[in-house]
Amino acid sequence: MQIKPYYNEILTDHNLHPSHKQVLPDANFTLQGVNPSCGDNITLQLKIDPDGIIRDGAFAGDGCAISQASADMMLDLIIGRSKADALELADIFMRMIKGTASPAEIETLEEASSLKDISHMPSRVKCAVLGWHTLEEMIHPPVSRAN
Amino acid sequence: MSSLNVADIRNEFPFFSANPDLAYLDSSATSQIPKRVIDRMNRYDLLEKASPFRGLYTRSVQATEDYEHARDLIHRFIHAHSPREIIFTRNATESLNLAAYTLSASLLHPGDEILVGIMEHHSNLIPWQQAAKRTGAVVRYLPCTPDGLYAPDTLKSMLTPKTRILAVTQMSNVFGNVNDLRTLCQLAHANRTIVVADGCQSVPHMPVDVTDLDVDFLAFSGHKMLSPTGIGVLYGRESLLETLPPFLFGGEMIEYVTTEGAVWAPLPQKYEAGTVNTGGAIALGEAVEYYNTIGFDTMMAQERFLTQRLFSGMLDIPHVHILGSDKPEGHHGIVTFLLDGVHPHDISAILSENGVAIRAGHHCAQPLHTYLGINATSRVSLMFYNTADEVDTFLNLLKQIRGALGYAD
Repeated sequence: MQIKPYYNEILTDHNLHPSHKQVLPDANFTLQGVNPSCGDNITLQLKIDPDGIIRDGAFAGDGCAISQASADMMLDLIIGRSKADALELADIFMRMIKGTASPAEIETLEEASSLKDISHMPSRVKCAVLGWHTLEEMIHPPVSRAN
Repeated sequence: MSSLNVADIRNEFPFFSANPDLAYLDSSATSQIPKRVIDRMNRYDLLEKASPFRGLYTRSVQATEDYEHARDLIHRFIHAHSPREIIFTRNATESLNLAAYTLSASLLHPGDEILVGIMEHHSNLIPWQQAAKRTGAVVRYLPCTPDGLYAPDTLKSMLTPKTRILAVTQMSNVFGNVNDLRTLCQLAHANRTIVVADGCQSVPHMPVDVTDLDVDFLAFSGHKMLSPTGIGVLYGRESLLETLPPFLFGGEMIEYVTTEGAVWAPLPQKYEAGTVNTGGAIALGEAVEYYNTIGFDTMMAQERFLTQRLFSGMLDIPHVHILGSDKPEGHHGIVTFLLDGVHPHDISAILSENGVAIRAGHHCAQPLHTYLGINATSRVSLMFYNTADEVDTFLNLLKQIRGALGYAD
């Protein structure tokens, strides 16, 4: 029996040959994101200039192909953009996963738009958004979750 | 020993006809249920329902008899001395919390030690961490061998005069190897250490004799042994249960109540506060009857056959690494593995897309995975109702997974 294809080539390529899976020595923002239910974790690093432009970014971590490829695609998209642009793209990505983004909005996500079918895989949503959540928390830290 | 006609067996489980295209290889998480077990539970719930113990009318008396008959079947199934040693709970987690709570309340003092096995499921680990926090006792961890066993010599070297409790599994839900629980109990008892064992994986898959093992407590869940969720068992040595305090308070667990206090009911009602899960207990009793009808010899022969086939097939696949014993006899229906370069969640998701259900993650044994230096693993688990075809389907797909993720080999 021939295995049914599950991941598209864009995804497997980002997973096997990530452009940004490395350490960023001059990062000024570093934050770890974790999916407690499945153990995926990502450490996101950004170098943000005083003018608010994301000059460079990298990630390290361990997780499924979706979580790792999604973080790599995200960095492809946000490097060189302003923090405000990055947050807007993150918002569009989250809405794409929920199935509420418009086709025009989804197009602005470039390769990351290839993850739109995740909205039909509820068990994988957390994998896809891990890097993006970490980005949002880094730029707009939540008040406190300590207990 | 008669050999098993798996097709006939599968006809007794509606799950398989409802899911004809699924190879269900996750029975260590939860098993499927024969129709007769649910029919028996439904008979109670729809035709015979009454609260046991308290009513003076026929239906209530009958419910009490049926509930106690289930207890009797279970006490004989695990060879306890007496049905008074069988306490019905929600599941093994509640059973282990009951043991940890009552033992810590009466036994543990600051500086005492609880020796917890590193292979333990979170349910036989977190209750002890919390017991230590409540009492000032210390948790120490008993390491395991690469085969997934607790070595008696290692236990011997770690027991101290302060070790009050040993918490170990009879069979790890990750490795599937069977501990020599009898020897572990002997060593612990020689040190006056009480043994609380997790029987979740052993009781559904092999004959377990608590009297021969001489274990003090043994917990297991109904839903892993052909029964519905919401019913579990704690076996406890009668002489210990007599001296320990109750766990939950309320109706049914008392003999006599005044405005000042209460006298506890005798065993086992002392530990069964509130209206009990009568239907669940009756279902578990029916499942035990099912086990008795088919027999462990027959079931275990099929599980050995399937494990052997799975194990040798996996050995032939490049980039697959099996955790634990390098012999199939060291894997009682459980084979946990890594595939180079592929995260376990991807393996599980791709298999699911292709009609095979296996488990991925840390299997509720996170400290074990940390100890092994692994983030997550994949686990195949088998039961007597599985077929050689299902194993072959899994093996055939496993061979192709690296390719599906873009690897050349």
